[in-house]
Amino acid sequence: MDFSILIGGAAGQGLDTSAQILELILKRCGYNVFTYRDYMSRVRGGHNFTQIRFSDKDISSFTEKVDIVLALNEETILLHKDRLKEGGTIICDKEIAHEDGVLPLPFKKILSKIKNQKVYNTIGLGVILKYFNIPIDIGEEAVNKLFKEKASYDNVLALKEGYSLIDGKYNLKLKEDKKIIINGNKALALGAIAAGCKFYCGYPMTPSTSILSYFSSKSNEMGIMVDQVEDEVAALNMALGASYAGVRAMTGSSGGGFALMVEALSFAGIVEIPVVIVDAQRPGPATGLSTRTEQGDLRFVIHAGHGEFPRMVMALRSPEDAFYQTARAFNIADKYQIPVIILTDLYLADYTNTIDPFDFSRIKIERHISDGKDIDGEYKRYEITDSGISPRLIPGKVDGQVVLADSHEHDEYGHITEDPDIRTEMATKRMKKIDLLKDEIQEPWLIGEEKPEILIVCWGSTYGAVKEAVSKLIEEDYSIGALVFGDIWPLPTRRLMELAKTAERIVDIEQNLTGQLDSLIREETPYKSDYKILKFDGRPFSGEEIYRRLKKEVLKR
Amino acid sequence: MNCEYKLYEPSWCPGCGNYMIRTALKMALEELKIEPHEVVLVSGIGQAAKMPHYIKVNGFNGLHGRAIPPAIGIKLANKDLKVIVESGDGDSYGEGGNHFIHAIRRNIDIAHFVHDNQIYGLTKGQGSPTTAMGQKTTLQFDGVKVEPIKPLALALTMGAGFVARGFSGDIPHLVYLMKEAIKYKGYALVDILQPCVVWNKVNTFAWYKNRVYHLPDDYDYTNKEEAMKKALEFDERIPIGILYREEKETYEDRFDFIKNGPPLVDRQLNPMDAERLMEEFK
Amino acid sequence: MDFSVLVGGAAGQGMDTFSHLFEKTLKRCGFHVYAYSDYMSRIRGGHNFFYIRFSDEKIYSFSEKVHVIFAMDKETAEIHKSKLREDGFVLSEDLIADILKKLKNPKVINTVGLGYILKYFGLPMDVAVQLIRQEFNENIIDINLKALEEGYNLAKSRYSLSTSKDENILINGNQAVGLGAVAAGCKFYCGYPMTPSTGVLNFMATHSEDFGIAIDQVEDEVAALNMALGASYAGVRAMTGSSGGGFALMVEALSLAGMLEVPVVLINVQRPGPATGFPTRTEQADLRFMIHAGHGEFPRMVIALRDVEDAFYQTARAFNIAEKYQIPVLLVSDQHLADSVTTVKPFDFTKIKIERYISGSEAVTDEEYKRYKFTESGISPRILPGKIPGQVVLVDSDEHDEWGHITESADIRTKMVDKRLRKFDLLKEEIQEPWFIGKDNPENLIVCWGSTYGAVKEAVDELIEEGYSIGALVFGDIWPFPTKGLLELGKNAKRIIDVEQNATAQLDSLIREEALMKSTDKILKYDGRPFSGEEVYKRVKEVL
Repeated sequence: MDFSILIGGAAGQGLDTSAQILELILKRCGYNVFTYRDYMSRVRGGHNFTQIRFSDKDISSFTEKVDIVLALNEETILLHKDRLKEGGTIICDKEIAHEDGVLPLPFKKILSKIKNQKVYNTIGLGVILKYFNIPIDIGEEAVNKLFKEKASYDNVLALKEGYSLIDGKYNLKLKEDKKIIINGNKALALGAIAAGCKFYCGYPMTPSTSILSYFSSKSNEMGIMVDQVEDEVAALNMALGASYAGVRAMTGSSGGGFALMVEALSFAGIVEIPVVIVDAQRPGPATGLSTRTEQGDLRFVIHAGHGEFPRMVMALRSPEDAFYQTARAFNIADKYQIPVIILTDLYLADYTNTIDPFDFSRIKIERHISDGKDIDGEYKRYEITDSGISPRLIPGKVDGQVVLADSHEHDEYGHITEDPDIRTEMATKRMKKIDLLKDEIQEPWLIGEEKPEILIVCWGSTYGAVKEAVSKLIEEDYSIGALVFGDIWPLPTRRLMELAKTAERIVDIEQNLTGQLDSLIREETPYKSDYKILKFDGRPFSGEEIYRRLKKEVLKR
Repeated sequence: MNCEYKLYEPSWCPGCGNYMIRTALKMALEELKIEPHEVVLVSGIGQAAKMPHYIKVNGFNGLHGRAIPPAIGIKLANKDLKVIVESGDGDSYGEGGNHFIHAIRRNIDIAHFVHDNQIYGLTKGQGSPTTAMGQKTTLQFDGVKVEPIKPLALALTMGAGFVARGFSGDIPHLVYLMKEAIKYKGYALVDILQPCVVWNKVNTFAWYKNRVYHLPDDYDYTNKEEAMKKALEFDERIPIGILYREEKETYEDRFDFIKNGPPLVDRQLNPMDAERLMEEFK
Repeated sequence: MDFSVLVGGAAGQGMDTFSHLFEKTLKRCGFHVYAYSDYMSRIRGGHNFFYIRFSDEKIYSFSEKVHVIFAMDKETAEIHKSKLREDGFVLSEDLIADILKKLKNPKVINTVGLGYILKYFGLPMDVAVQLIRQEFNENIIDINLKALEEGYNLAKSRYSLSTSKDENILINGNQAVGLGAVAAGCKFYCGYPMTPSTGVLNFMATHSEDFGIAIDQVEDEVAALNMALGASYAGVRAMTGSSGGGFALMVEALSLAGMLEVPVVLINVQRPGPATGFPTRTEQADLRFMIHAGHGEFPRMVIALRDVEDAFYQTARAFNIAEKYQIPVLLVSDQHLADSVTTVKPFDFTKIKIERYISGSEAVTDEEYKRYKFTESGISPRILPGKIPGQVVLVDSDEHDEWGHITESADIRTKMVDKRLRKFDLLKEEIQEPWFIGKDNPENLIVCWGSTYGAVKEAVDELIEEGYSIGALVFGDIWPFPTKGLLELGKNAKRIIDVEQNATAQLDSLIREEALMKSTDKILKYDGRPFSGEEVYKRVKEVL
């Protein structure tokens, strides 16, 4: 079974909280849940909606059509009535029920009965619960988790009132709830905290702000310094200072904020201080669409910064990936003393999905910090070694040794130099670290057929939608598979080279106009895509859209 | 305990005020008996900002205008380190102007020594944020057409708790100022006037010498209005000394978990400590 | 004939003046001159030196070995002794110490040396005399003329060179860029002092009053590009410049330029990075950075300057392109080109056309002017604010509709992105193919870009004389990336040799991405010093 519920209204109508309650209820019933949020760049008014999909099978995308629309205002009905499946229904107050297919209910009457205008949405939730014959106590529990005291009392009443308004339509079997439900940003932050990140700073910028907020809310409890900086130029510079002094540090922003970090990124490269930086992408250029999604910064982050220096770029593919990869990012940053850039986007940042609880015992913290005992004489911060990685001391930790970090070209001790030979040696040393890094980057995930005729290449958050499309096409007997890149710079090429040999067609699927992954593939391998399925209207791909476009544009059937 | 600060050969011009400032810094640190590995000197870019290369301490020579943000990061990561920011007037008040303002808002415990020679040195003589209006420079051929920043007055307005001015030509006094600034708990600004022998033919050593005077012994540095008056006094006479001083809570002390406990850098890291955070998502 | 002189000493000893006088004298004597300076990031002390090469034929690079070393201090002779030719001569300070004592002024060491060297080459003194009279401050003219004469009289002529008519100008890369901008009607230049771009700022400031150009030394580079965009929005041709690190602070505003569709020209005079790197040295490592800088996707053009002539004409052309397509045009230069002084034919100002593509009221076809009107080309007609009564101009950094108002519509978003990128497709049709030098359809094809042009040209000429089948494609327009020439010649070439000044072969990565070809060999240099024709020749020969 597979249902979707859309709740729509204006900003300020409590949409978010209602969605949280509903998804929690469904999760507690043991279903897999996928919630996608669509909101405008404003604080009041406009139109926002949330789609909650639930199923007994694994789901990783939203659907285009929904079974129920809970309309908190009339606009919602007008905007979404065409999205109803056959047999679907719109739930709303009698007063705005002017269209066909609408189930008009006496919301206003109930509100006066309870004497609380704010519980409007919860009445609707009650109706939905009954629609699926979900036991009311699960609903009550969820309401109590999100509301306290009087609000909770009133909302439970509203829930029950709504519950009594209709007859149930479906009878769903309950299962055991073994999962957690979380969004990409919180998973990312949790991964960082698990990895021992003790410093996070940032400037509020959608859609990265919730990382900053989450860190701030855990600051006291977990002993993590969180600073809201005056501007993004300060952000990365400050994180580098904290990291220089020995704590794992991270900063995050969206494309425009990352753009202000570019000079400091180059600095991170020459000063060889580990740091993790998150770019939570949204459509650009410039201010662009603040509350929408895109994958437009790939080439930008790979080449950002003047001069040449090693960096790693990883794209997060799902909330689970966000947790484990972010934790891994710190180990890599510490090991190679490079900046690690994490790419996510608004879609992944905000959508919630039920997943297995994270296994914290899998997280290993590897600091690669020297205790100074094997250092003979004056410490050389930038000692030339075979690997290119110089032993790293933390300032103040070893009596008699000082640590000099420098943004000029420098000698092994960190002092300014103008010598051309030292320059060449140092530049070579830095770039050598990439060679070592290339040995440990992870190949892209492969989903679908092992040796597909049609090979999709994609990266980051399109994972969920591609997965669903590929599954469906495999059921229809197509020979299709997809490589989903997580580690994306240096670009892992082994699997791609192998599969490209036997694939008939390569299809690049991404959320930008210029096919940036394809340009990388052309640069780094002898291959290129034969087709590109691109989307850059600020909305995410659904599994259905990818399925449809593959059939129409590639499979031509 | 070895508090001797080794010096290296600088690339400064002969006669540059930086030499004197370095001497004062060395004396201040040695007199305070702070060991080199306990100090971090953070700088941006410019001749003044080369200081971490010419005196042996932990050094963080970063980007132009961006000395303050890393200094804040360093102090928060390890509150036991003495953090000193040293850069020129262009770096501190121009390119880094925004960070200057916000460092004061935080009141982070760092000492900020600004080598103020009222000109851009390393880039060859353009006007700086503190160059006088009307002064001809290598770029502003018919005179600077904007008014200079008044850093001490700005700091006072922002509520800084330690505002001082020194002169590279008066080393004993400068040593005293530096020691007080380093000891002071909070953001301490010392604007150090110095000549740039090559590019600034107006604010020469003699020019400063003829104008600077010590604040009198009975000067009350807790009086803000008085301090503001002194801060704006510049053209004919320039007071040097601690203009204003007030004890205030530091940024890092406002965080209980930083205040009470070992420095962040020394805390134990264990992923299992974070497992309970998953509850919220269950 | 082909001679080289190296003058070295500490910063502050007046090498600059010597070099300038010597170069100008040589030019006035009708020689082709190529001079380049090597200086440290300090104001006094340390060690700096200048190379001055001159010939009766056009020259494009410097020579590694010199005929004369003028050592203004003891260090110089030691440091550079390996550069002296077997038949070379060192003019050390002791040789002229007596003269300096006699004149009671150690500062005129440079003019004494000048006199000496002029005589050494059998050149007349009068040109230098004239120059000193014209350019020096009144109070030091006499002493310098005396010094010149003393030096001249002391020396013995080793060569006897004949002079000819001087038809050239002597100019460096930064000045040529400035001149191109002024010629193209640039009326606003702002920047933050940063080596090696400061020369452009200086040039514009020097001519500010004369040509009515607003100049601003900004508080930081973030302000710079934002300010230039404002000036351009209001209707003047605006430009800003910096080096890599300053450009890094302009990246957010670059994305803004793309979204606002306000024309602007900016120049990155590259130096070795990352971060502060080598402030006074040269490199070509920002190519990929400039092509992809900025979040989101928007059209831009990147033009690499190949020599001083190119610097002049391309800078002027950049303004036309910026205004035609309403995009940012990024010029790429480097310390080597910026600071190398060469003789060139006087620029032909009649070749500079100013095409503004600004509309009048005919652009207002709806009730309200649509700043971002959808058109086939993607270019919307542009009116200037305040110029048409009743019409306002709204530009916006959010995604916007045709009027410039904020929109969240998926449909309009798609159309706007398409519109902006359509301009890029149009631009592709007018980009210039790289210069080709050498043998037609060569077996060995060098690919290079920007200022390596001079060194590559000399190397190619030499190798052709030795009978090799070799040629080179020198990219100027480099984004959009012109592939026609490359694809044609790449077919027949046995080797493709990538020559550039960076560690990761960025041009090669572009070739792989855009032309689906790759170099067989790479000759890279990233020690902060420029290629000489001889070094390229040697290293290419090793490959062949």
